[in-house]
Amino acid sequence: MTSDTVQHGLTEHSHGAGAEAKGHGGSAFNTVASFDVDAHPVPRGRDEAWRFTPMARLRDLHVDTPLDGNDYEVGVDADPRVVVETIEVTDARSAAVRGSSGYVPVDRPSARAWAEADTTLAITIPAEVQTERPTIVRLRGLGAEKAAAGHVVITAERFSQSVVVLEHEGSALFVDNIEVVTHDGARLTVVSLQDWADDAVHLSHHHVRVGRDAVVKHAVVSFGGDLVRTSVTLDYAAPGGDAELLGLYFADSGQHLEKRLFVDHNRPNCRSNVLYKGALQGAKAHTVWIGNVLIRPEAEGINTYELNRNLILTDGARADSVPNLEIETGEIEGAGHASATGRFDDEQLFYLMARGISADEARRLVVRGFFTELINKIGVPEIADRLSATVERELAIGEGLPAASSSAAVTAPSRTDHETTEAKN
Amino acid sequence: MSTLEIRGLHVSVETESGPKEILRGVDLTVRSGETHAVMGPNGSGKSTLAYSLAGHPKYTVTSGEVLLDGEDVLAMTVDERARAGLFLAMQYPVEVPGVSVSNFLRTAKTAVDGEAPKLRTWVKDVKGAMDRLSIDDAFAERDLNTGFSGGEKKRHEILQLELLNPKFAVLDETDSGLDIDALRVVADGVNRFTSSGDKGVLLITHYTRILRYIKPDYVHVFVGGRVAEEGGPELADKLEEKGYVDYAGASA
Repeated sequence: MTSDTVQHGLTEHSHGAGAEAKGHGGSAFNTVASFDVDAHPVPRGRDEAWRFTPMARLRDLHVDTPLDGNDYEVGVDADPRVVVETIEVTDARSAAVRGSSGYVPVDRPSARAWAEADTTLAITIPAEVQTERPTIVRLRGLGAEKAAAGHVVITAERFSQSVVVLEHEGSALFVDNIEVVTHDGARLTVVSLQDWADDAVHLSHHHVRVGRDAVVKHAVVSFGGDLVRTSVTLDYAAPGGDAELLGLYFADSGQHLEKRLFVDHNRPNCRSNVLYKGALQGAKAHTVWIGNVLIRPEAEGINTYELNRNLILTDGARADSVPNLEIETGEIEGAGHASATGRFDDEQLFYLMARGISADEARRLVVRGFFTELINKIGVPEIADRLSATVERELAIGEGLPAASSSAAVTAPSRTDHETTEAKN
Repeated sequence: MSTLEIRGLHVSVETESGPKEILRGVDLTVRSGETHAVMGPNGSGKSTLAYSLAGHPKYTVTSGEVLLDGEDVLAMTVDERARAGLFLAMQYPVEVPGVSVSNFLRTAKTAVDGEAPKLRTWVKDVKGAMDRLSIDDAFAERDLNTGFSGGEKKRHEILQLELLNPKFAVLDETDSGLDIDALRVVADGVNRFTSSGDKGVLLITHYTRILRYIKPDYVHVFVGGRVAEEGGPELADKLEEKGYVDYAGASA
């Protein structure tokens, strides 16, 4: 995190409190939104929204690589009451479904995927239906030669209660848009699990529209892939919405995992809570977390908090973490953020080792513990074991690597060994 | 019969203005069956002695030796010292979020014994030890030390002492911050530990209060990083009466 993006001591009078400090105009609301691909310039590495992304590894997905491949298979396992349809763009219903979240593509890859995905996978939880088991969509990539585009629309109708898991695995060049629409009083959990093979490149945009009094939990879990960049935007259709945005990522040597969030508090009396946690190990493992929150003048009485924590397990890894908060009304319940990046806590390791536990086992316990909180918060028992097992697998990969030296947290380019917490209004 | 010998121990810590010597030649021998109280004013180096014995990386031993039954403790890693039979009850136990007490206890027991405890007896042992320390059952599923009150942290340290059953226990101001009821519970735990007669205890404390419940065989007064006076339990009575004023000159 660069220090110029951290806001200190926001108070009621700090209207628009320089969240754009030093021209840090990275907020998604400054971005062009258009369905027209040509309205979006080709992103460049010096652009604010792309400055952390290794453009050379994008395989030109952001330029003009055709997205007409179909080297993947999709399987769906759903409760019979959940309606799952594949709707061709030529189908008359397509226009009503696609775009129903109100999302308009905010960058070129997203606009390209929108234009080129020729079907929409529509998952609808009908009104008042409560499902016992999650709906699981498994997308398995069969090769990273040809690129493909996808589009998913998840609709939770009023007072429904359900969980949808989108699993990604295998090799792929994949660009997609995921729309999540919740109607009045719906309770929906959506988990995007990205467990790609090493060569996958995945650019994904999620947009969440939170309905009146709806409760939405959205989680992004990233393990595999060469470059995985997930952008999540969220806004509210009406007052009373409650959104929890969770993220878990574990980057190995050479991997680039980027998570970008924009929470648009555009209605009064809503809540958002963001918690993203990442671990990094190996040379050139790189994670990026950008958390933008905008509190518009009309968003009175809202409460928002975002927290990003990164654990650097070995030297040579880099975690960037940039929280941004723009407050345009002081009439709110609370707003805050915190970011911390560091190596293992020596005192934790000492305590565990002082009870006879070896250094390796102590590190495993600490990392497991670090993620357990998040896995519990995601709260989907059907995937909890798998997530824990994948964390174990990642830890096994890092076992041979020397632990981060004490200078790691200081030299980590993120320079984030500090924490900021905003005063509650 | 075991012996913990500390001979001529000098310990420094790094400060901004260079290394600073805290322990200036400590000699102390604890045999199984003995309870030694180490008392002294703030800043006399009592806690440094405790952490140095456990191997905390912040402290550098510049000279001297520590032997456990003739084995060189200072050459051991932190976990090896624990497995060799040394236990440090910490003054400020560290919070480890996401690691449950029950998982931690089982992992530690397995590490110290070299094999996993038998599930059935282990569950019973843990429950019994928790009951004796008036620790609620729900405690086992809480995150290690996370959000524990001061008293809960100290009782949890003694719970580990009972379950891990080391040869020597170093108790670093385990009594500080405890009300009288909690102090009794903790002291009872320590007395249960020593009741087998083959355990050694180094009880580090600032106050004489705990010595009403745990009877020391020897008392060492620590001042300025070394032992300034030694004696039997009567020395504690003297300290109770007069405090550390007599030793003010020695702390230079």
